[in-house]
Formats: sequence, C-alpha cells, structure tokens
Amino acid sequence: MGTTRTPLRRFIDYAVLGVLAFIFVLPVLYLFLGSLKPSDEVLDGLSGFLPTHLSLDNYSTVLSSLDSDSTGHFRRFMGVSLLLAFVVVTGGLFVNSMAAYGLSRLKWRGREAVFTLILLLMLVPFESVAVPLFYMFNDQRNTLPILALPFIANAFSVYQFHTFFRSIPPSIEEAARIDGAGPWRTFFAIIVPMSKPAFASVAILTFLIQWGSFLWPVLMVSDPSVRPLPLEMSVFQGQQPPDWGQIFAFGVLLVLPVLVVFAFFQRWFVQGVASSAVKG
Amino acid sequence: MKSVEPAHAAPPGPEQTPSATTVKSARSTRSARPGRKNRDWLHGLLMSAPAVVGLILFVGVPFGYAVVLSFYNVRLGSPLAPSFFGLEQYRRLFTDPDMSGPFLRALLNNLTFAAVVVPVQTALALALAILLNRKLKAIGLFRSLFFMPVVFPMALVAVIWRLILARSDQGMLNSALNAVSLGNWGAFDWLGDGATAMASIIVLSIWQGVGFQMVILLAGLQQIPGELYEAAQLDRASRWQRFRHVTLPGIRGTLVFVAMLTSVLSFRVFDQVYVLVRGGGLNEEATRTVMYQAVTTAFDQNNIGQASAITVVFFMIVVVLTLIQRRVVRPGNED
Repeated sequence: MGTTRTPLRRFIDYAVLGVLAFIFVLPVLYLFLGSLKPSDEVLDGLSGFLPTHLSLDNYSTVLSSLDSDSTGHFRRFMGVSLLLAFVVVTGGLFVNSMAAYGLSRLKWRGREAVFTLILLLMLVPFESVAVPLFYMFNDQRNTLPILALPFIANAFSVYQFHTFFRSIPPSIEEAARIDGAGPWRTFFAIIVPMSKPAFASVAILTFLIQWGSFLWPVLMVSDPSVRPLPLEMSVFQGQQPPDWGQIFAFGVLLVLPVLVVFAFFQRWFVQGVASSAVKG
Repeated sequence: MKSVEPAHAAPPGPEQTPSATTVKSARSTRSARPGRKNRDWLHGLLMSAPAVVGLILFVGVPFGYAVVLSFYNVRLGSPLAPSFFGLEQYRRLFTDPDMSGPFLRALLNNLTFAAVVVPVQTALALALAILLNRKLKAIGLFRSLFFMPVVFPMALVAVIWRLILARSDQGMLNSALNAVSLGNWGAFDWLGDGATAMASIIVLSIWQGVGFQMVILLAGLQQIPGELYEAAQLDRASRWQRFRHVTLPGIRGTLVFVAMLTSVLSFRVFDQVYVLVRGGGLNEEATRTVMYQAVTTAFDQNNIGQASAITVVFFMIVVVLTLIQRRVVRPGNED
C-alpha cells in the first residue's frame, strides 16, 4: 500500500511485529534450547528458557541409545523417512507431471472424462481411504513399498501441473513438433525444463506433507526397522521415565531436514502454497 | 528435471497404426501433417496411465471398498467369513446405546473443534496477513517466522506443547501463570482435564496451521490493486472504512476459500490427538475425533466394518463442506 510512513509509525510496526513474532516462535526456541539442556532443566518452569548447561550430549545419547534391534536404529528411522520422501517426491513429479501434460496439451477423445475423474478423486482425502487400504494391504504391513506407493500418484499434483501447463503458449510446442519431435520428446526436452517453478513448488509441497506423514505409518508399521521418524517421535516421547532433553533433541533431528528445505527454497514453498490455493 | 534423459530412450509407442480408433481421433486434429499419423490419443493415454492407475488403485478402489465394507461385519484375521450386515454398522454408530457413545462424542468434539478453529484461525490469519502486507525492511523474515510452524510435523508439535502444557507446576504455562499471578497459580493439568483438553488441542493446532492460511490470504491481499486504496484515501476513508470497503470485498473469495479449507482440515484432525493420548496424558474422551475413532475401531478393536462406516460418514461431512464451498465461492469470483 503506497502510504507514506513516519519514523514513529515504522517503529510501532516493527515493535508490534517483533513482539508477536517472538511469542509465536517461543515454542520453537524452547525446542532448540531444550535439546541442548539436561532433562531436569527442560521441564523447569520459565528457567527452561535459560541457556544454561548447554551441550550436544542429548544428540549423541539419542544416536547411541537408539541403536539396537529392539529400539530400532536412529539412522534407520532417518533412512526410511528420507527414502520414502525421495521415492514419493521424484516418483510423484514424474508420474503426475506426465499425466498433466497428456491431459492438458495433447488432444484426445476422453481426456476431459479422465481429467474430471482426477478432479473428483482430488476431493477424497487420504483419511477416508486409510481404513479400507489398511484392510486391502494388510499382508503388506511392515514393508517399505506400501508406505510410499499410495502417495506417488497425487490428484492435487496433477491439477497443479495441469494449471501450469495450460498457461504455456502453444506456439512453443508447435515449433518443436514441426521439427519432428514427438510428444514425449517435446515434454521431456522442452516443457519440463521450462516448468521449473511448477516442479519446484509441487516437489516441496509433496516433501513437506510426506515428511510429516503419520496416519498411514500408524496403521501399517509395528516393526522398528521400517518405522519413519514421525512415528518414532510418538514412540520415543512415550518412554518412561521421559528424558526431555533427548526427546527434544530427537525432535530437532526430525524437523531439521524440512527446516533446511524451507530455508533454501522458501520462495517456491510459499508461492506453491499460495498459488495453488488462490486458484482453488 | 533429471528426467530429461529418458526422453530419448522412451519409444513413442508401437509403430504400427492401430486401425479404426486412430482414424476416428485423427479427424479431430487441426492439420494432418504429411508423413506423420496423429497418435496423440495413444500418447495422451500412455502419459496419463501411471497416475490414473495409481489413483484408481489407491483412492478410487479403496473408496468404493469402504462403502462395501461398511455393509459387512468384517474383522481382520477372523476365521469367520465377513457377513452381510446391511445398515447395522450405521445403526450402531448412531443409535446403539452401547456403541454410539464414543462415536457421537467424537463427532461432537470434531464439531466443537471446527466451530472454534474455523473462525478464530481465519481471523487470526487475516490479521497477520494484513500486518505483514506492508513494505518494511525484513518483512520477509517476519513472514517466514509466522510460516515456520507449518513445516513442523504435527507429531513434533504435539510433543513440544505436551511440555508447555505439562501438568506439573514446572510446566511452562503453569509457571508463567504462577509468575504473573504472583505465586497464586499452582499446577493445572491442561491436557488431562476434560474442560481444557480440547482447548489445548485447538491452541496447538492453530499455532501450527495459521501460517498456512496467512500465506494464502497474503497472496489474496496482494492481488488487490493499490489504486483502490489510493482512491479510498483521496476520499478520506478511515482505516476501518478502507478495510471494510476495499480489503474485505477484495479478498472475499480467498477468505471463503480459506474458511472452507480450514473446516475440511478440521475434520481430518488425528495426529496430535493420537500422539498426546498415547503418551501425553491427554483426556481421550474430551478430544477423540472422528478419524481417531476410525483408527482405534479398525486397529485396536479390529472392527473393519464399523471403522469403514465411520470413514464413510467422515467422507460425507467433507463432501458437504466442499459443496458448500463451491456454492459460496462461485458467485464471489464473478464480481
């Protein structure tokens, strides 16, 4: 808004924002500080915020205590989560962008019907198919593929790519196709490279959702060797007696990958979230 | 983007022309290029096949299956074959005095959650969006700070708040209240007390989710042309008048969208309740949600038929909410 601001107004703006932001990030500060403190100082009233006795001990204890076959291995939880995220994101980008291209840029009879079907399936939240899926794939419990497979094809991702591809001027493809490139080559060699923003925002949104995925692992995983991090977070915090410092250190390790992605790709992140919603 | 390679490797389908269907679809092309038959229908079908098959297998089929299973008495690993139950599962959910209690409570809890979260979170998100929609140095940093909790997995958010709301007098909130009240506040079990358990879940859910709605509303605010505000200022409109007559109409569609999105998300609440009931001393009765009920019915009670019926009811609620959204948003797009 083009209003001119006096220094005083500007100061008030900053003060209000600063105070609100501080209150808002307190839980995050608490998490990071607590992860560096001995357990009895984490749950210790307001002094839980004092930066005393800081050390990385909790992190090394988490890594060393979660390292047996009965508790599961920390590196294994991390590995499972990273692997699932990798498969769901890359598989999803490939499958969903390709479908969106076939449905938006190639003209064929029936594509409207297929796209309508996808729009309808977009209305079905995963929660409403979790129970029957659990029943259908019960013999696949505690195996890795079933943890990733249901999330690769994603109606919302198809929709996001579809919206993006429709905005590409047809002249670009026509030139390619006159040069003799078939639809596959046109897609992979021309459309994909020029659609980086769409790929980036779909990738990041998919990664974010997959990283926190909880309901499906709750139903499908009891074996620690295929347990993703968020489910282990739930198991680990239930230990008796709880060691708060270690639980917070575990939490930091759980959130670190998404925070890194967030820090580096924030622009795509926010754009993806906002654009997909405003067009909704 | 790494997938550029397969482009050259992927053969563009079989070379022979499949007869009749091709001819039919070839008519729809704009210009028949010499020497190249139009096989877009085949390529289009092949390109969309993996996603469509995946969606049918993992969304379409199980969705239909949920409806079928809800008419049966099905248990996992039971030696008895599933027996047809008709509408019995639904009757039990809604009217059986022994079985409807937890489900109806879950429905009520969900409604309470939605009734509070939808208006409060939307209003909060709008306030934040307006606050953050100004040209200040480092405004981007502030936006990121408010958005940050959105990337936190809900299982972790639940654990952080488990400590903030801990029942001991050393819990963060209890000791803060103790300091503010000059020592007159003792220990209070925020998560365990039936009166405050749901409020606790609401607070931590809003904390985690409000940044998401804020970002959407911010994008909506930025689409309002600046000239409208300048014109309003020339007319000596007050801040409130500008908000009421420029901002609100300008983001009406976005606002309705956000409210409806939040209400659908409200009915999906599961993670935080599950984590805190399992390890955090959360009052189960006061916070069980429809999804929590579906999972415990399927998993702990091994009652797939009834869990499926709960799922179907859950889906009906989501569909109704979505239809309302479509209804309300559409006229908004036209002004």
